[in-house]
Amino acid sequence: MSESPAAQGRGAIELQHVSKRYAKETVVDGVSATIAPGEFFSLLGPSGSGKTTTLMMIAGFADVDGGQILVDGTDIVSVPPQRRGFGMVFQNYAIFPHLSVADNVAFPLRARKVPAAEIGPRVRQALELVRLERFADRYSRQLSGGQQQRVAIARAIVFQPSVVLMDEPLGALDKNLRYQMQVEIKEIQRRLGMTVVYVTHDQEEAMNMSDRIAIMNSGRIEQVGRPAEIYENPGSTFIARFLGEANLIPGTIESIVGGVATLRTQGGLRLQARAGRDLSADTAAHLFVRPERIDIAAADATTPDPAGANVATGRLTQTSFLGNILRHAVEIEPGVLVTVDVQNARADLFRSTDRPAALTWLAADSVILQR
Amino acid sequence: MTVQRAPRFNDGTVLIVPAVLLLALVFVGPLIWFFVRSLAALGTPAEIAAHAWAVITSKAVLTALSTTNWISLLVTLLVLLASYPVAYYLATHRGWRFTLVLFCVVVPYFTSIIVRTYSWMVLLGRNGLVNQALLKTGLVDQPLTLLYTKTGVLIGMVYVLLPYMVLTLYAAMKSIDPSLVRAARGLGAGGFYAFTRVYLPLSMHGVISGSLIVFILSIGFFITPALMGGPADVMIAMLIERSVEITFDWGGAAVMSLLLLAATLVLYGIYYRLTDVRRMMGA
Repeated sequence: MSESPAAQGRGAIELQHVSKRYAKETVVDGVSATIAPGEFFSLLGPSGSGKTTTLMMIAGFADVDGGQILVDGTDIVSVPPQRRGFGMVFQNYAIFPHLSVADNVAFPLRARKVPAAEIGPRVRQALELVRLERFADRYSRQLSGGQQQRVAIARAIVFQPSVVLMDEPLGALDKNLRYQMQVEIKEIQRRLGMTVVYVTHDQEEAMNMSDRIAIMNSGRIEQVGRPAEIYENPGSTFIARFLGEANLIPGTIESIVGGVATLRTQGGLRLQARAGRDLSADTAAHLFVRPERIDIAAADATTPDPAGANVATGRLTQTSFLGNILRHAVEIEPGVLVTVDVQNARADLFRSTDRPAALTWLAADSVILQR
Repeated sequence: MTVQRAPRFNDGTVLIVPAVLLLALVFVGPLIWFFVRSLAALGTPAEIAAHAWAVITSKAVLTALSTTNWISLLVTLLVLLASYPVAYYLATHRGWRFTLVLFCVVVPYFTSIIVRTYSWMVLLGRNGLVNQALLKTGLVDQPLTLLYTKTGVLIGMVYVLLPYMVLTLYAAMKSIDPSLVRAARGLGAGGFYAFTRVYLPLSMHGVISGSLIVFILSIGFFITPALMGGPADVMIAMLIERSVEITFDWGGAAVMSLLLLAATLVLYGIYYRLTDVRRMMGA
């Protein structure tokens, strides 16, 4: 295969204040993002957040009402979809039922008038990449969901596009298969070096595959960053809740000193954490901390009080067995439940509920967010 | 009230009994009776065979058969060409546009075929609306002969048979996943390429079913060609009618009817097989 598009510096996408309105409703509201060549970029958000509409505007299936979409520096807003030259994987695969697997994969090549002699080898190569070479003569109805998904991927990459757009491609697969396909898609993307714009509502999927994630909510991008960055340092309570399990302890900001904020809960507990954006003293806020960052111990045990640690005591009300982890719910104040995840390896400590427990976590592992 | 158990017919079979009885009484029975009586009047089986052969190979019948086939083919083709865009419009639109077009297609369907044929005669006559309009706009110098020609027959038949094709195509197109055409566009196909390589093949079973229905109905057509056709446009159904009404050749009429019935049943068999296969494929 020739040099990858990313190595040639192709496949850069820039969204500039892109908007989309349906009737009176603004579905996408001034979205801007810069996607580098060869980057795996995910649009993550709940349904109705505008992520699919954004992808459809990049693909050319939805008109852009405002803003620009630049690909390698050229505005493509008025270019029809078939001339944008993107590979596409659709939510329901959209495998042509009247064509064999090989003919499906050959479709983009034939549509581009690639010489017939080249088509055979390139289709074979693409099918080998998705390990479907033995299924070339089958039809979609003879394939499993995972196999159909592979056909869709082979069809999207066979003409070596510099950009591949994927619209919730794994939504219809069961959990185990989904993880396996995530690894495969990521591997193919790495090997071919194309830019991928990936739409999903599954945060684990986005975190596993993406170089960067853009979290979308009601038509806007709320935060963009590497998965770990967003996970550890969410910009808002919405993102904190959306990306995995999150504890949000309500309270009032007492002081902000040198990037560290102190929150006083209703029960009078003082908790310290890194200060988030746009905070001011004496306003209502939440302390955010991930369940796996909290240590739990029996309340009667003598707990060392490491420097910069928050301590809260409460009553263990529930323990859920989730296989690899035990999930504890601890009520630290009336109506304030804190979730604590503990690896199963040391789990038998807390099997019985309704007993006092002490929680500790580092101020550096938590963030104060605007309510 | 006690619960009554129906040990047999509890699958609903009993519900179709009245309709089957009625059909047997007023259609199948008389048909068989007509064939038996008409053919028996011709004599021994050998004589019947000889007469049948003479009828089938006679010039009048051969001409009528070829006219019937030719007109039916043309009608099928024209109906298909006229219906495909209409069905496509119906399959891709909703709301009042859909309702309006569907209304225009279906309403004539519920109007008597004789009424509709006479309306066309009014329109297509020498001093009819069509000719008046053509003369007024200066498109022609003298009135066109539209009525009592093959053109007239074609116009009338295409109009009458249009709804069958539109509705069959519509059903087929409605089952096409619209995301497939979108996928084709997204993968680099222009509008025409996406249509010929994706939409058309996927709607093909509708094209075949619709064409078979229209062709089957065409070969047995009587009223429209009888009223709107010229002397050269004698179709097989008209020949049958003449044999019964004018020449009193009931034997000949029976042979021709059997021929028509056989052709219809064979075509219907093909149609049934195709639609059945379609259902098995879950399309």
